[in-house]
Amino acid sequence: MMTTPRRGLILGGAALLTAPAMARAQGGGQGAVIDITRARTDPIPIAVPALAGGGGRGADIARVIQANLRNCGLFRPVDNAAFIQSAEAAAATPRFQDWRVIGANALVTGRVEDQGGRLRVEFRLWDVLPEQQIQGTAFTAPAAQWRRIAHLISDVIYERLLGEKGYFDTRIVYVAESGPRDRRTRRLAIMDQDGENNRFLTDGSFQVLSPRFHPNAQQIVFMSYFQNTPRVYLFDLNSGRSEVLGQFPGMTLSPRFSPDGRTVVLSYARNNDANIVAVDVGSRSQRQLTSGNGLDVSPCYNPDGTQIVFNSDRGGDQQLYVMDAGGGGARRISFGRGRYATPVWSPRGDLIAFTRISGGQFGIGVMRPDGSGERILSEGWGMEGPTFAPNGRVLAFYRESQARGARGEGYSARLAQIDITGFNERQIVTPTDATDPSWSPLLA
Amino acid sequence: MNAKILGALGALALLAACSSDEASNAAATGAGGSGGLAGGAGMGSARPGSQEDLVASVGDRVFFDTDSTQVRGDGRATLERQASWLGRYPQVSVYMEGHADERGTREYNLALGQRRANAARDLLVASGVSGQRIQTVSYGKDRPAALGSDEGSWAQNRRAVTTVR
Repeated sequence: MMTTPRRGLILGGAALLTAPAMARAQGGGQGAVIDITRARTDPIPIAVPALAGGGGRGADIARVIQANLRNCGLFRPVDNAAFIQSAEAAAATPRFQDWRVIGANALVTGRVEDQGGRLRVEFRLWDVLPEQQIQGTAFTAPAAQWRRIAHLISDVIYERLLGEKGYFDTRIVYVAESGPRDRRTRRLAIMDQDGENNRFLTDGSFQVLSPRFHPNAQQIVFMSYFQNTPRVYLFDLNSGRSEVLGQFPGMTLSPRFSPDGRTVVLSYARNNDANIVAVDVGSRSQRQLTSGNGLDVSPCYNPDGTQIVFNSDRGGDQQLYVMDAGGGGARRISFGRGRYATPVWSPRGDLIAFTRISGGQFGIGVMRPDGSGERILSEGWGMEGPTFAPNGRVLAFYRESQARGARGEGYSARLAQIDITGFNERQIVTPTDATDPSWSPLLA
Repeated sequence: MNAKILGALGALALLAACSSDEASNAAATGAGGSGGLAGGAGMGSARPGSQEDLVASVGDRVFFDTDSTQVRGDGRATLERQASWLGRYPQVSVYMEGHADERGTREYNLALGQRRANAARDLLVASGVSGQRIQTVSYGKDRPAALGSDEGSWAQNRRAVTTVR
């Protein structure tokens, strides 16, 4: 049996945390892959009984897997109360007719073994109708990281049954907001994609905005008002240290890493312009990519790093433009009704998600990179800042509710996620108000 | 006693600064407590050259129309008064804060706020204040003065505010 060391967990704060040395052994068979389009209208019925052993941890892991699969909208976990065969017996040998009669097409079984501070979790994915094993995988990790094992298993299930990478073993970094809106405290925060393991990375003594992940998920680039000077900083999740990215005699904002992580593209506001500037992370050399009388903000690279989408008011109001990554050749791509902002390129390359302000409403939408095929996925009084899950199938963004009174009563800001077809919008539960989400790449 | 009078003066000056902005009058009254600077001003004595003094004697803020970065006529008068106030206190340096209302996206509004701050700073400089004494900073839509989600509040929030450093 072979084991492959996996990259460590990212966790910030002052403490340096040991990498979990996630190890995985794998053995698979072949299984029927169900098209995602079909699963959207007809979610896959799947039974996930408690994994055997582990003193209750097996049930915890099964619960996290069920929640992941349910929340993505493409699976329909069968209610535990309907189960006929016991979880313990199924872990030994599934009696397929017991799972067939309760409507499950797929079955997950497994066993948790506590190896003194480390968990070894073995799981099997079964195709119930042909009574075949589709996948068998074992993960070992420090016991405290059992949730991560559940997310890794969820990703294997997603990939084997839908034929595409999942997005469950990921984190979301965001701005945690508290206090009255005129004196808001804004802290960097990070959590698992399902809202668990929430941690604050800054103490709130200075305001932060616009955090975005590095492609290796170990670093964050963000904007901070440290010492009342709005500038872009890098934050290292392992050491908890941050450093300013380049010296600019004006405000730098809306930073984002290039797909190879070597460049940060940002907006540099000085005098009456805001221009797009690329900063080389290693040498800190700067290259100005746009110039002229306009506010050019919110740049984002395409997945191969050859193009940048951004929003600009150069034509009179805010619209989306695509240019070459070296600057030049900017062409407008948004032509619908309203103002367009905060474009982000899908990791799949096929779509650009954006915020649209039209008729007093805010909306989150997607269009193809050439501007065609625009679709609004969600609309309401306030929402903005979409970010793609690493598989390009789900967006997170933040949604604001309108203040009802003169003192701001009733205002709130919450994270939401939605399938790129516009179905299955759900709130991501956070301990405080939350804005500016950024989805990490897959951690393993 | 003294403090009371000054407090009342401070509130009056704030209202006067807003009075030409018909849409925001009601909100200015309603938001008196949350206006931040005016609320604080009432509590202490207006030391000459202080923020409280600036608010009470000439007004600390100017307002903008939706999506506009042009200082309006009433705002120009306020900035001229600020310039002569700054002329009386040459040791004072200020921040010029640019702000936007909540009906735009966060990052764009940061850039918009920067433009508003620059526009107000340029008028102070044109009135004889050294640019060295003014540092611009934008908070976009993230530090509203009025907390309602209505036209009156938005008019209060599209502003450039001069604050003593």
